[in-house]
Amino acid sequence: MGVGEWLSSSEALPGAPGVRRVRVPLEQWRSVALDVAGASGRLAALWASGDALGGSAVHAVFLVERAALVVSSSWTDSAYPGLEDLFPAAARMQRATADLSGVYSTGADVRPWLRHAAWPQTYQPLIDPPLPPSSMAATPESYGFVRVEGDGVHEIGVGPVHAGTIEPGHFRFSVVGEKVLRLEERLGYVHKGVEQRFTRLPILEGHRLAARVSGDSAVAFSWAYCQALEGSSDVQIPPRAAWLRALYLETERVANHLGDLGALGNDAGFAFGLAQFSRLKERLLRASEATLGARYLMDAIVPGGTRLDLTAGDARELSQCVREIANEAHTLREIYDEHAGLRDRFNGAGRVSVELATRLGVTGLAGRASGQAFDLRLDLPCDPYVQIALSKMGRVEGDVAARVAVRFDELQESCRLIREIAGALPAGGHSTAVGSPPAGSLGLGLIEGWRGPVLVALEAGPGGSIRRCHPHDPSWQNWPAVEHAIIDNIVPDFPLINKSFNLSYSGHDL
Amino acid sequence: MLKTLRQIASIGIVSERPPQTDESLRVRESLSEQIRTVLGRAPCIRHVDAGSCNGCELEIHALNNPLYNLEGLGIRFVASPRHADLLLVTGPVSKHMEVALRRTYEATPDPKLVVALGDCGCTGGIFGESYASLGRVSNVIPVDVAVPGCPPSPTRILQGILTALSTRRPTSADRGE
Repeated sequence: MGVGEWLSSSEALPGAPGVRRVRVPLEQWRSVALDVAGASGRLAALWASGDALGGSAVHAVFLVERAALVVSSSWTDSAYPGLEDLFPAAARMQRATADLSGVYSTGADVRPWLRHAAWPQTYQPLIDPPLPPSSMAATPESYGFVRVEGDGVHEIGVGPVHAGTIEPGHFRFSVVGEKVLRLEERLGYVHKGVEQRFTRLPILEGHRLAARVSGDSAVAFSWAYCQALEGSSDVQIPPRAAWLRALYLETERVANHLGDLGALGNDAGFAFGLAQFSRLKERLLRASEATLGARYLMDAIVPGGTRLDLTAGDARELSQCVREIANEAHTLREIYDEHAGLRDRFNGAGRVSVELATRLGVTGLAGRASGQAFDLRLDLPCDPYVQIALSKMGRVEGDVAARVAVRFDELQESCRLIREIAGALPAGGHSTAVGSPPAGSLGLGLIEGWRGPVLVALEAGPGGSIRRCHPHDPSWQNWPAVEHAIIDNIVPDFPLINKSFNLSYSGHDL
Repeated sequence: MLKTLRQIASIGIVSERPPQTDESLRVRESLSEQIRTVLGRAPCIRHVDAGSCNGCELEIHALNNPLYNLEGLGIRFVASPRHADLLLVTGPVSKHMEVALRRTYEATPDPKLVVALGDCGCTGGIFGESYASLGRVSNVIPVDVAVPGCPPSPTRILQGILTALSTRRPTSADRGE
């Protein structure tokens, strides 16, 4: 069978446009994946669901041929076939399904991933009833890092608490002299039980938690959550609400790109860059507070629409602000491009080739710097992106310089979009009432956040409860690429290379 | 180079005055006012993300932008708890960060202060307590000042830090004006 046949035997799922679902027996689980891989499809997410009564299932989402294909298979007790040889990013997702749901794959790597011995292996947080933290003592652990051996090889361990204001994670470098032979990541330090917490919230309040899966992507996650919820409840949001959400999303993208561009200059020893870009970011955040109601839009998107409306005057003010920011960013780009020191540090550092990016399934912003042109806003657009012309961004060099260039390009494009959206907001209400979806319904939200495609799978329970909610950050796909990007670079370039990806720990660790 | 200099000259100095302290943020008084005044002259801060969603981190970053200009007040972030006078802790404390947070606290020399940041640091926030989350920061280490907000604004964070360090108002002399 080909992908087309799986698609034609699939049913439509509520939520994002183009989402289809096919249920297959476990024996065919791998056949679908093989066909998707053959058609150059991408793995978007993989998770397991289930309850104490039995009836577990494993789900994967593939992005292929202008569709998002959800594949679901019931799982009993024998390991499900691993997909890590077809989609390398699946390896860690499969380890996470074992840690959280006790659903095991045939993947060769059986080390725990999100569980650090803080709770026993016998406790399955997404299957068993919630327990208080006091009931389980943290036990010492040893994690099987891969050892590199040979003359002059030594290890440098970094983290979880880092030297700067960044999130916690552990990096184990195997180096000779200053050159990195191998990097192994150990994540999961900020695992705080997000998915179990979802099941304790009413489905109409879950968007607040979704916004806090990864604070820098609050708009993307809360929109994806609401998209899944509204689809399942069969609610059409007013056109104005969709446009306002896009305005928030692009504002979030601009804010993050401004922050990263400054930090990247700073990590290459150009403090001027940080001072200038952080000033521009502050300017945007203050305009955001004055016009959109908050510096960070944690609770701006609510089921049915948006919490606040935008007056014509405020829309003009925001437009004017981003116009000035875009102009200043243009000047700063010239300075960055002409700066010999930055060019020396950016060019060729942390290269992820097009072939490697294709193989690893690198996604989002980092993918677009390595020839992976996929962008949900263009390839699977929801409202209002179906009505807005958007330029495709991309580079093929795959180094820090390319990721900087993509940020500069997207910054300009998003500033342009904000002005276009603010000038063309449809009239009408900004929210509508939403009821709880029927129990058992599965909705899927897909939004192109600033880092890449953000996915929320939402399964409703009885009486307005959440049976299962799986938020997926694109960092899952891109963390493995950082391990490759650093090879043959020197240790002091790691902060720069890491920042050029700027992946989420919280969004990944859940 | 010319463009860089032109940009610096055309923007000028944009730093703003620091906010006043806010005693309502104080949870306990572990150090005498005298010690805090000394500690508050050129304090070093170590930030610990104990499980945050990274929202609070974004606003901590903002403290170093030219408008809030934290370093202009003589306050700076340091790379090791051994150099720190004050720990700035974000997030509900995840089980996986419990040991790292305790060790960071122990590695910080006395006298020391702890500021818990954000709704999660103050109460556990939306994440609460669970198999993976220990909730508020004070469940794990003693807290002197707690700054709520999701995320708290840079001004509020700065108020929290200044309140922890001293009861006196920063004067213009502190800024070298």
